[in-house]
Amino acid sequence: MNARACIVLLMLCISQPANAQGFAGLGTDAEGFAIPQPGQPLDFPADHGAHPAFRIEWWYLTSTLTGDDGHSYGVQWTLFRSALKPYEDAGWQSPQLWMGHAALTSETTHQFDERIARGGIGQAGVIAEPFSAWIDDWQMTGQPKKGLSELKLTARGEAFQYELLLNADTPLVLHGEAGYSTKTEDGKASYYYSQPAYSVTGTLQLPDGPVNVTGQGWLDREWSSQPLSEDQTGWDWFSLSFDSGARMMGFRLRDSGDGYTSATWIHPDGSSVSLPNGALEIEPIETAVVEDRRIPTVWQVALPAQDLNITVTALNPQSWMGTSFPYWEGPVTVMGSHAGRGYLEMTGYE
Amino acid sequence: MRRTGLAALLSHWRRQPLQLVTLVLGLALATGLWSAVQAINGQARASYAQAAEQLGANRLLGLTAPNGSIPVAQYVQLRRAGWQLSPILEGRVRLNSTTISLLGVDSLSYPVPPAPASDQETLDPADILTAPGRLFAHPETADKLAVAALPAPLIVTDHLPVGIVLTDIAIAESLLERSGEISRILVLPDQPAGLVPLSDIAPDLVLSEPNGDADIARLTDSFHLNLTAFGLLSFAVGLFIVNGTVGLAFHQRRGMFRSLRALGVPLGVLTELLLFELLALALLAGFLGLIIGYLVAAALLPDVAASLRGLYGAPVTGTLTLRPAWIASGLAIALLGALIAGGQGVWHLHRLPILAAPGLQSWRLGSASRDRTQALTGVGLVVGGFLVQGLAQGLIAGFALLAGLMLGAALLLPPILGQVLGWISARARDPVAQWVWADLRSHMPGLSLALMALLLALATNIGVGTMVSSFRLTFTGWLDQRLASELYVTARSDDEGAAIRDWLLSRSDAVLPIRYGELRLADQPGRVYGIADHATYRDHWPLIEALPGVWDRLHTERTVLINEQLARRTDLWPGDEIALRSGWTVEIVGVYSDYGNPNAQAIVSLPALLLHVPSVPNRQFGVRIAPDLSVRLVDELRSTFGLPTSAIVDQAAIKARSLGVFEKTFVVTGALNVLTLGAASFAILTSLLTLWTLRLPQLAPVWALGLTRKRLAWLEVLRSVALTALTACLALPLGLALAWVLLDVINVEAFGWRLPMHLFPLDWARLAVLALIAGGIAAVIPARRLRTTPPADMLRVFSNER
Repeated sequence: MNARACIVLLMLCISQPANAQGFAGLGTDAEGFAIPQPGQPLDFPADHGAHPAFRIEWWYLTSTLTGDDGHSYGVQWTLFRSALKPYEDAGWQSPQLWMGHAALTSETTHQFDERIARGGIGQAGVIAEPFSAWIDDWQMTGQPKKGLSELKLTARGEAFQYELLLNADTPLVLHGEAGYSTKTEDGKASYYYSQPAYSVTGTLQLPDGPVNVTGQGWLDREWSSQPLSEDQTGWDWFSLSFDSGARMMGFRLRDSGDGYTSATWIHPDGSSVSLPNGALEIEPIETAVVEDRRIPTVWQVALPAQDLNITVTALNPQSWMGTSFPYWEGPVTVMGSHAGRGYLEMTGYE
Repeated sequence: MRRTGLAALLSHWRRQPLQLVTLVLGLALATGLWSAVQAINGQARASYAQAAEQLGANRLLGLTAPNGSIPVAQYVQLRRAGWQLSPILEGRVRLNSTTISLLGVDSLSYPVPPAPASDQETLDPADILTAPGRLFAHPETADKLAVAALPAPLIVTDHLPVGIVLTDIAIAESLLERSGEISRILVLPDQPAGLVPLSDIAPDLVLSEPNGDADIARLTDSFHLNLTAFGLLSFAVGLFIVNGTVGLAFHQRRGMFRSLRALGVPLGVLTELLLFELLALALLAGFLGLIIGYLVAAALLPDVAASLRGLYGAPVTGTLTLRPAWIASGLAIALLGALIAGGQGVWHLHRLPILAAPGLQSWRLGSASRDRTQALTGVGLVVGGFLVQGLAQGLIAGFALLAGLMLGAALLLPPILGQVLGWISARARDPVAQWVWADLRSHMPGLSLALMALLLALATNIGVGTMVSSFRLTFTGWLDQRLASELYVTARSDDEGAAIRDWLLSRSDAVLPIRYGELRLADQPGRVYGIADHATYRDHWPLIEALPGVWDRLHTERTVLINEQLARRTDLWPGDEIALRSGWTVEIVGVYSDYGNPNAQAIVSLPALLLHVPSVPNRQFGVRIAPDLSVRLVDELRSTFGLPTSAIVDQAAIKARSLGVFEKTFVVTGALNVLTLGAASFAILTSLLTLWTLRLPQLAPVWALGLTRKRLAWLEVLRSVALTALTACLALPLGLALAWVLLDVINVEAFGWRLPMHLFPLDWARLAVLALIAGGIAAVIPARRLRTTPPADMLRVFSNER
């Protein structure tokens, strides 16, 4: 097997055998990676930074935007960290690998690019305070003492470029039990928190020229060592912002049965409620052929506890990330009991 | 009818088995030599293409630093400016007493990561990226490394050139002891839009065009053209043999043809049968030739591969792979050769009068007009060759001159020999001598092809021999001048270098730093050396052109010495100016010979180099010391600084290594030389055998006049030796002309250096003796036959033929 293909496979631990049982209760697995523990409070700003002792981690920003040309756009900026060994080292010896994904989506186009680097030499990394995450010239930079509340975001690929300013004044949302987000029936979990309420301004550079945009942004932070079970084949994940000011994060991990769902309802004031497995009901109602496979691009989503019953439709059904590990990620529009916009991510569709 | 006719035709070979062997062997030899050369060339070209693909780097732009090392921090700075790059750290390293080229790549960004040879081997990225890492190498390279004692597990892959070991840069850093350094940076193909130009953010780095491929192609082209020329020559010589034999076979069967025709076999059927016979023989000989070619190529390829690697760093595998195209072309050339040789026979058959008695005249009689046409064509070819070379420069034009000269001279040989023999026979007084010379002259047409083959073989031998020997003489002399220091020391770091220098200062006669920067000279990649002002250079450096006071001017003014290759390629000579990098233009005060180096090179004073190229490594030194003290100094140096064996090399070792590379090249040339000469001797033999049958009717009257068979036999041998001697005399000037073309035209075009020509009369004498022996031996068989011919046979000539 090609070494690089092998490396990027490792970056996403879907369908990898679940060898990461809690090891003798010490909070590490057999290879020495740390395992998320319930009841462990998150510590900011330190937890904005990297956790080399955990196997995987990401800084995941999605933004739904409207241009001064009247069109809808979506922007993705993601930095993944994947550790070969549970520590950091200086120089090329570093076992920490980094991967960046950036995408710019409109109704008709979807452009993306990818960056891969290793830690240790400074080509990619994350600093907690003042916040800075980068790979090559792609950056997500904060202000001193402001945590994640004021960010500047840049990325560029062969045919696109964007520069966005993000502002949020609501508190961070901790998913699950105070940030301990369960992913399986048998209790595998990750640390997971978000800033779902950025207001965004900025400029997109498109092949036809620059477009000024405004809109909303959502940042997800998650790290773990083994979030999925062996029979879990992929996930469908929603981050939705409604016109009412409320928001919802919800996902379903697919398996041979009903799957495992989890959702967080976020009130307009920023307070949130975590909803257990089974509370979220999602059903694909339309599929599209994307890259030779059928992918649901219209969903019926219901959260009876919050009287939510909506149809979620992809802005551009062809929002395929043809990166080293491919997946679907793009902006969506929401209709039904609530109206709004958001982002949808789907992995594991063969 | 066809079957009977064919059986009748083939019965000839049963009666003349030697002829059959000669024919098949001649054709097989021709095909074999040609195929061998094709196989070697094909293998080498395939290796280049594969290497270019496997390293992938050749098609990418590259960034290098003038001092040879780019800090990792600068690489990161460029990455963070958005440039998509891939760093490479490379160097020579000793693994288990084998020195290999280690290629350290960033496995995450390297464009062509290697794959293991077998699919069963799965690689965990952690294995590759973290200590001890993995080493990747071609099976041939792996064989040379004792796997058990390597610093990391070795993974065998077909996807790497021979002689290179690839590993992750993290592993290479520690193996090469060059932490934090990068040798060069590849600029990847797809870059984001709107980047700040590299020349703005990294003005100190040199951006080089993707030239690896083209460079190797240009450098090795000459080598392959040389081989191809040899192959064609061998084929031509082989054709002479076949032509002689086929001609003989046709002639001897004239009676049979007549009988067959008289018995009612139509001309068309007879022609078909003959063509079929020719085809069958060609196929048989072709397959045999392919086997010979494969064996010759397999025997020579390791040497060819070694010399290509040594000369140009061109990666060539030492094992031969059979290509279908090669087999097809080998058979095709055998068929073509047989048709060319046999076509004439079939043509004669068509003009054969069924009932006419065989004439007395020789099988092929020359005429004055044919001689004139041939002479004119010969002159035309020679002149044409010179015209092409005069009008169009370049390697191909050089070879056109070579071809014109050789072919023209070959065509001129029979008319010239005819003139010479005419002149001699006009001066002969003794009737027997008169007869001998006149007889010889009358047989020139039958022998001319064989003599032409001999001329070409002898001339090639002289020409190539002169080139090789001139080169060896010049090269050893040049090495003596160039490698004036007794010891060459390489330190592992600049600090160690400084310490070694200080330590050596009091213990040796002089310590000469060897420091250089990698720059682009007149837009070609090249090195600029900075040298100290020392008598070693003034006394020994081999200048081929210089302005007065060259050394004083080099050390006091903005001046430079450049190597001959650079001077010839750019046509810049002493008095001209050259840009070494932007803002550094200097006057050329001298040109020095620099054999064996394909690249541009220049020499400035050390202070000038340090001024214009920052942080030039200071790790290599030449050490002057009395030779008898050097052994002790080496021991002390090693023990004091713990230097590895490879760090200190004495002059003799470098010389031996340099000469070794060229010896490999010459082994190939020498082998082909011997084969060609052998083939030519064989051609003479077959021609004489052919003539012998024809000559019986002409010898019979002389025998009847009183010359004994013994005397006639001796005269036969003498004739052959005399013709060989005459040809050898003419081959000498042709060989020297060939040597001149090789040294003064081909070499200059191919390598960029001109070699002085040295003459080696002893070699010529040896070759002449060899040729005479060959000519004599070739005549012995027909002469013996003549001696033992029963007088009745001689008499029958009168009763049957007259």
